[in-house]
Amino acid sequence: MDIGVVSQSAIEHGGKRLLSRQQKRIHLFCYLFLLPQTVMYLAFTIWPILASYYYSFFNWDGVGWPTDFIGFQNYQGVISDPFFWGAFQNSFLYTIATVILVVPGALIMALILNNRKLKGVIVFRTLIFLPVVLTMAVVGLVMQDMFGYNGFFNRLLMWIGLLHQPVEWLNSAIIAMVLLILIGSWKGFGIKVIYWLAGLQTVSTEIYEAAHVDGANVIQRFRHITVPMLIPFLIVITILQTNESFHVFDLVRTFTNGGPFFGTDVVPLYIYNNAFGSLVPRMGYACAAGIVFGIATLLVSLGLGLLARRFGQRNTL
Amino acid sequence: MILRRIGLTIFYILFIPFCIAWVYPLLWTLGVSVQSNSEAYNGSLSLLPKGFRLSMLLPQNWAQLIQVFHFGNYANAWYVASFGQFALNTVIFSITVVVFVVLLCVLTGYALGRHSFPGKKVFIGAIIVTMFIPHGYTIVPVWQLITTLGLNSSLWGMILAEVGGAHVLYILLFTAYFAGLPKDLEEAACLDGAGFFRVFFSVMFPLSMPIVATTCILQFIGTWNSFFIPLIFSINQPKLQTLGVGMLSFTSDYASNIAGMAAGAVITFLPIVALFVFFQRYFVEGIAGAVKQ
Repeated sequence: MDIGVVSQSAIEHGGKRLLSRQQKRIHLFCYLFLLPQTVMYLAFTIWPILASYYYSFFNWDGVGWPTDFIGFQNYQGVISDPFFWGAFQNSFLYTIATVILVVPGALIMALILNNRKLKGVIVFRTLIFLPVVLTMAVVGLVMQDMFGYNGFFNRLLMWIGLLHQPVEWLNSAIIAMVLLILIGSWKGFGIKVIYWLAGLQTVSTEIYEAAHVDGANVIQRFRHITVPMLIPFLIVITILQTNESFHVFDLVRTFTNGGPFFGTDVVPLYIYNNAFGSLVPRMGYACAAGIVFGIATLLVSLGLGLLARRFGQRNTL
Repeated sequence: MILRRIGLTIFYILFIPFCIAWVYPLLWTLGVSVQSNSEAYNGSLSLLPKGFRLSMLLPQNWAQLIQVFHFGNYANAWYVASFGQFALNTVIFSITVVVFVVLLCVLTGYALGRHSFPGKKVFIGAIIVTMFIPHGYTIVPVWQLITTLGLNSSLWGMILAEVGGAHVLYILLFTAYFAGLPKDLEEAACLDGAGFFRVFFSVMFPLSMPIVATTCILQFIGTWNSFFIPLIFSINQPKLQTLGVGMLSFTSDYASNIAGMAAGAVITFLPIVALFVFFQRYFVEGIAGAVKQ
């Protein structure tokens, strides 16, 4: 910017040229500083995006360079594959359910933890947050045992008397899906609580006090101060949760591995299985499936964005 | 006042058990990890191993504790099921990724936050736009790139793939932080004759420690828990597996060894939980900063 330090005499004798040379040096240093990030960015972000579009037109098993150009056949294959649509449907179901559970649930938890009269908030916050830092893949494996035939939940329910004999929970696609949704929500819940808490703390206490003096009650204050100020956070948190849920992989791979019989298959797992999980890798096909899903999720994000914008406008009117 | 106190008490009576139930899977894992495998396999509700009595807590009875608590599960997991190797791989993987990510982001953030130069807006724009382009699943080209570079038979492959993602959040945090530092800092350093690099390494980099700490904690936890990339690059190479991938192989090879699984899970969870509890402040501030951006 302007750390050009030039001696007095230099400024007198054509300092302008010297200064600009100094500035050029700084620009050069800046580019040097950006170089590593730029190289990584081109290699691991730009190139993979372009290449995955390119590969999607090839019948390619991942050995060598793709040569067997087949046009849109991969796309046709993806679109006519009932297993893709099954995974697609599960991905959307999982996403919608986790958003509905987590976004309002985390707000309620944040309102509880934001209460100044509550003692031990830090301990509660730590406990609620704890699942977030656990390794998702290992959580999936632990949960698989907890919901196993001899697992904790069967023992617990039998001890209470709700069950007479153990149940194979993960043999039912519906129950397995419900459990996936519950575990996924539990695992990511704490981080959304922190987001909401950050949002609640931007609402200044002065406004509350002013409203209190004006005679607004708790509900009115929540409705007319907290809610409007939290709308931007609602949008961001919904988008983040949607994105996270669309990309769920670790938990599904370890907890159900898509079973029973593809009943809980999701698109990331479908792509993984096509690219890396089968004996004959279908790399081009996996790329095509990724692009179809990518476009679908982009449309959802755009839809959410538009909805947010419209909602925001109505609110300011 | 009394009513409020009663309300608060009722709240605690409901909320404390809720919080315990919330983290119960973790307590369960801890409990099972010291049970004998036959007890763990048949499923028990008790968190403490069979045969435990409170009298064993008396110093003269400590010898009995070792017979009841099966700490051998940990030794088995560590040596026999090679969780020691998995843990070592995970530590190397996580630390290396953190070092590279911090370096990349601090350099980028400094240039963007502290200086103006032709092309700056294009650079920022490009980084932000890629957040919105459908990535689809770019893992196939990434896998191919690493394979072409010949790195898929060492930890470097997964390190590079993990470092390669755009760390937009950290870049934005560093940029905002550097932009907010007072201007005369550099001018003073320059008057002392320090060049661009000296200013950066002896003045600016040390000043950015709060953001470095946040980046380290967030990225370390993220990398420790990373599964997708390590899975792809090590599924058939046990020597390279991280804890998550190693656990998956272990449970598919020894499905009935529940106690060993639990010990492995504790080995995976413990360092990261400890790190989180000690550095909670940085972690919470980091992710709160993310949503405010």
